[in-house]
Amino acid sequence: MTDIFGLLKGKPEDSDYMKKGVIVQGITGAYGSLHAKNMITYGTNVVAGVTPGKGGQKFEDKVPVFNTMQEAVDATNAKISIVFVPAKFFLQAAKDALNAGIKLLVAIPEHVPIRDTMEALALANEKGATIIGPNTPGIMIPELIKIGIMPAMPFKAGKIAVLSKSGTLLYEISDALTKRGYGQSITIGIGGDPVNGTRLIDAFDMVKDIPDLEGLVVVGEIGGDSEEMLAQRIIDSGFNKPTVAYIAGRAAPKEKRMGHAGAIVMGNYGSAESKVSMFNKANIPVAKRPADVPVLLAGKMGKSD
Amino acid sequence: MQLLEFQAKEIFRQYGINLLPSKSSTNIEDGRKHAQELGFPFVIKIQVPVGGRGKAGGIQKCQNMDELDLKYPQVMDLKIKGEKARAILLEKMADIKQELYLSLFLNRSKRCYTIIASNEGGVEIESVKSQIIKEVGLGEVSDEIANEVAKEMGLQGKTADGFIDTLKKLSKITIEKEAELVEINPLAIMQDDSIMALDGKFVTDDNSNFRHPELEKYQEKTAIEERAEKSGFSLVELDGDIAVVGNGAGLVMSTLDMLSDNGGKPACFLDVGGGATTESVYEALTLISKLDRVKGILVNLYGGIVKTTVVAEAFLKAYEDNLIDLPVFSRLKGTESEKAKEMLQGSRTKIFDTVEEAINAAVMGVKK
Repeated sequence: MTDIFGLLKGKPEDSDYMKKGVIVQGITGAYGSLHAKNMITYGTNVVAGVTPGKGGQKFEDKVPVFNTMQEAVDATNAKISIVFVPAKFFLQAAKDALNAGIKLLVAIPEHVPIRDTMEALALANEKGATIIGPNTPGIMIPELIKIGIMPAMPFKAGKIAVLSKSGTLLYEISDALTKRGYGQSITIGIGGDPVNGTRLIDAFDMVKDIPDLEGLVVVGEIGGDSEEMLAQRIIDSGFNKPTVAYIAGRAAPKEKRMGHAGAIVMGNYGSAESKVSMFNKANIPVAKRPADVPVLLAGKMGKSD
Repeated sequence: MQLLEFQAKEIFRQYGINLLPSKSSTNIEDGRKHAQELGFPFVIKIQVPVGGRGKAGGIQKCQNMDELDLKYPQVMDLKIKGEKARAILLEKMADIKQELYLSLFLNRSKRCYTIIASNEGGVEIESVKSQIIKEVGLGEVSDEIANEVAKEMGLQGKTADGFIDTLKKLSKITIEKEAELVEINPLAIMQDDSIMALDGKFVTDDNSNFRHPELEKYQEKTAIEERAEKSGFSLVELDGDIAVVGNGAGLVMSTLDMLSDNGGKPACFLDVGGGATTESVYEALTLISKLDRVKGILVNLYGGIVKTTVVAEAFLKAYEDNLIDLPVFSRLKGTESEKAKEMLQGSRTKIFDTVEEAINAAVMGVKK
């Protein structure tokens, strides 16, 4: 299991404790440079960028750009990278990162072919590395480190873990939580693709033992059975922190892809009803609207006190 | 993309899977020609991208030309689960001993391909208890695994050989065409013990389309969906009267759900992607202006750093250019929203603080 806090924060004895280095793959592209800047502003320690053919440049006058991941890792010893390359180049970028020793790879691109994701995952497993995404907004510990494209505004440090398939719903629901006084200990966007490097159950395993965790929010959507598996895992593990879920796509027609490659109901596989009924079985209330999530969470927290 | 039965069978044929003689058409003249080439009797099968065709009367036996003239148009006019016929397949009838089920599909949560096989074919696989399930990584089916499945099915001799051959071909299709699902239901054992695919379902990974120009002809998109894709949006047409626009698939789905909960009927799902600019919102309004049943537009944008004034400009420009003459009910989360409200004063666009208010106003607004 991935020690996500070890990767994102490190240990007090580490020289780079609380300022772990992050490499940005595709840092000179329009999208990559915009979000590299935003991450730096947020306080993320961006130590290098990689763009083949642009080695030797400095990004924003201070972050060195390398031609290859190997050079970037050799120079910085970073274990985290975030990928902004176009989808069709994702597999190569992921291979370069994993072969160079990256242990946490955050895959932003949308439209990565499933086969490429599966190949990247096989290599990650072999190397003992973790992939978040593809098609994810990223991962963050609010007010400490942001590795992704999420705006800063909705998030605040706190004790609720938020796991989400959707980007904008993650922002929307975190915003609602923050307004109600529920800051977040960590937020993980698992992504809207059919195959996720980190599934909801994997993300749950990453956060379930956070010592001062006070609650868990799961933002799911139609497609696949990630939510059902998570509900079963919560039942089996005896996890008893207040948990609330939200599922998008109840009104979506069957057999149609609703924006996300993974958001499709085939027969009954992936339907909202199936997910809601499994969450109910796990005694997890499912909000009808995003705005209801903090209300239900407050109710749960009151009860479990 | 999801292929129709006759399209799936075109692929099956290329890979040498056993099929009955069949011909597809979209008009009765071609149908009559095909009937003569095939010879009576045969089956008339509606081609729609959904299941449950048999129960809905979409599969009919046909003995002679008079019957064809009667039934062809009947089947062509059917709607199954809201889906119109895309074509009609005429297929020879089979002398069947037994119906089996066989599929290879992407098991998303296990992140591997999975074989499902059963001795009970011809019914929905979800309702079948005796399933043989085998995980096969990236879709490669070895001789050993294929033999094992045939053995567990209790197949022998020529039937086992035919089954193993079909399974290996399905594996080849899955890998080479990057399928999410390839299903044969039913897979028939014929009177002479040979194996024959009587139906075919085939879903490919849209994200791999760029590697498969050969599949492009099967792509079924309306002109508007195509244009949306070119703009980097994703659009699904629905049959209601309120167009739903937002940024991010999850947020738009969520808006659709809340609208339906409140008695509204969505006319489309339109996700303009992560950000929102004057150009992207204007393009979204352009697309919606081409849908004729729309009576109102519901906009739900969540942008941490999006300036709502920028979005307001797009609405104003759309009215100015006579692109739309529809009321817009909008919830814009972002900066400068007071200024945006001022800008839109007197226009047909209203900005609301919460999505719930925008939805209520939209549902009431289109009733008028």
